[in-house]
Amino acid sequence: MHEILVISGKGGAGKTSVTGAFAHLSDNAILCDLDVDAPDFHLLSQPEKYQTHEFWSGYEAHIRQDDCMQCGDCLERCRFDAIKEEDGLYTVDPIKCEGCKVCVALCPGDAIDFNLKKCGEWYRSHTRFGQLVHAQLYPGEENSGRLVALLKDEARKTAKEYGYEIMLADGAPGIGCPVISSLSGTDLAVFVTEPTPSGLHDLERVAALCDHFRVKGCVVINKYDLNTDMTEKIESFCEQKGYPVAGRVPHSNAVTAAMVERKTVTEYDSSMYTDFAGIWNNVLSQL
Amino acid sequence: MIIAVASGKGGTGKTTVTAALAANWKTPVAAVDLDVEEPNLHLFLHPSITGTEKGYIEIPEADERMCTSCGACAELCQFKAIALIGDTLLTFPEMCHGCGGCIAVCPTGALTESSRELGELCHGTSGDIAFHMGRLRIGEAMCPPLMKLVKNEVFSSYENDSRDVILDSPPGASCPAICAVADADCVVLVTEPTPFGFYDFKIAYEAFSVFNKPTGVVVNKAGIGDMQVYAFCEEHNIPIWAEIPYDRGIAEAYSMGSVITEAVPSLKPVFEELTRSIQESVHA
Ligand code: SF4
Ligand code: SF4
Ligand code: SF4
Ligand code: SF4
Repeated sequence: MHEILVISGKGGAGKTSVTGAFAHLSDNAILCDLDVDAPDFHLLSQPEKYQTHEFWSGYEAHIRQDDCMQCGDCLERCRFDAIKEEDGLYTVDPIKCEGCKVCVALCPGDAIDFNLKKCGEWYRSHTRFGQLVHAQLYPGEENSGRLVALLKDEARKTAKEYGYEIMLADGAPGIGCPVISSLSGTDLAVFVTEPTPSGLHDLERVAALCDHFRVKGCVVINKYDLNTDMTEKIESFCEQKGYPVAGRVPHSNAVTAAMVERKTVTEYDSSMYTDFAGIWNNVLSQL
Repeated sequence: MIIAVASGKGGTGKTTVTAALAANWKTPVAAVDLDVEEPNLHLFLHPSITGTEKGYIEIPEADERMCTSCGACAELCQFKAIALIGDTLLTFPEMCHGCGGCIAVCPTGALTESSRELGELCHGTSGDIAFHMGRLRIGEAMCPPLMKLVKNEVFSSYENDSRDVILDSPPGASCPAICAVADADCVVLVTEPTPFGFYDFKIAYEAFSVFNKPTGVVVNKAGIGDMQVYAFCEEHNIPIWAEIPYDRGIAEAYSMGSVITEAVPSLKPVFEELTRSIQESVHA
């Protein structure tokens, strides 16, 4: 099986719309939405969940007031400023607690509990494009890297069971922990970029990240006609770095219009279908 | 006053709004890019950078001669950043959150503080605007500690100063975004009126509303998409502080790295009104 990951360095470049078009065009792919903080792929694919699982990860400290001797040791030790003291009462701010266990291990009164946290849910679903593995992290939770790794594993299992040949994943935005986690095992990263200064800047950074982890990449330039000078700059960057340009997509209101109708742009607009069919073939030829 | 400009997701125009807000602010202001993974604000404000420093996190360094392989450090570490394989102690610096626990529990003093580079902190000026940003080192997975260093630098610089601070937050609603919003006096949520935009907006609103800070919305690309965002705001009593119309001219200005109120002067009143709403909400 080949694993294709669509990423953009940042949200908003059209990553999910591109993934949606690819999902529509592919006929033997397990789909996976790795943007667990703000997943959007379900808005285009309208999944019907057939499995829901809880995602428990990480711990949170909690002080039992009856056992606390108010020594203040935890306040001094916590490097994440998660312990607060008010009128001699010590409490943990759950938003700031990193779950490092330092206070728990060293509390002289043995007064701090350490509880596993429920951080979100993940699902297996049917969509009109095939099966989808996806998740929703609760707002404000961390450990998205771990959830991404779990989703990839589950998608691989499903792929094996049903004989899918490709895993098509909508990647997480950024270049931090969830993206690094989504890159593991990836055969080809498709960078979606826009002809803007930040588009090029984000592309350079995400490309450097892929180089760092030795993942092969190719580029889709979205809204290329918005600024043709910038598009040329992006293309010369790609040439210089040896990233094939799999295609250019024009700026079109069809993207938003399709989204409002909960459709992929290739389902909605026939000229977009033609554009993307060519791009998808170019992507597959990189494998 | 500290204002956090946030959004459920990247690409909604958060940086565009931060840049235009800073450029139209009437009193002394600092613009701070806390999106350390992908800082972009400098591409619009074009600051001259006057100082750059490296930022570090404290991680343990082991002296094998003093280690008795007791395993206390590995047992404590929640992030698998230190492990005992047989009698050999291994550290994985890139996994370390710098909690200092292993050093505190080591009975022999075999562990001491060392450091890992997180990235860099830059500061400078763009006209009258003071500018700060952090930039994560490629391959570094953890942004909150670098964001914290940037925030510390900013807050200590303007502690005894009347300068307002506008934070360009990282996108999303998970730990980095929360870390940016936590210290703000008010939150400006930027969204697009599309189904994607609305879904992400709802998550962000849910995540940030626990702080109970004055919050208002900027609808970017108003006129495209659907009306779900407006209906939700009305239902939850969230004020809409500004609307930036969908306009190819604005998209082109953005693609050229311009501050949109300079390229499209008719937007100036929109940002003056936004500034007023922000100030009123904080002083209310
Ligand atoms: S270290 Fe334990 S006993 Fe001391 S203040 Fe904290 S919770 Fe209470
Ligand atoms: S577990 Fe760690 S982060 Fe949480 S309160 Fe204790 S010392 Fe602080
Ligand atoms: S400092 Fe904390 S996170 Fe780092 S190795 Fe030690 S126990 Fe683990
Ligand atoms: S706690 Fe100290 S002595 Fe024990 S294994 Fe760790 S480094 Fe070695």
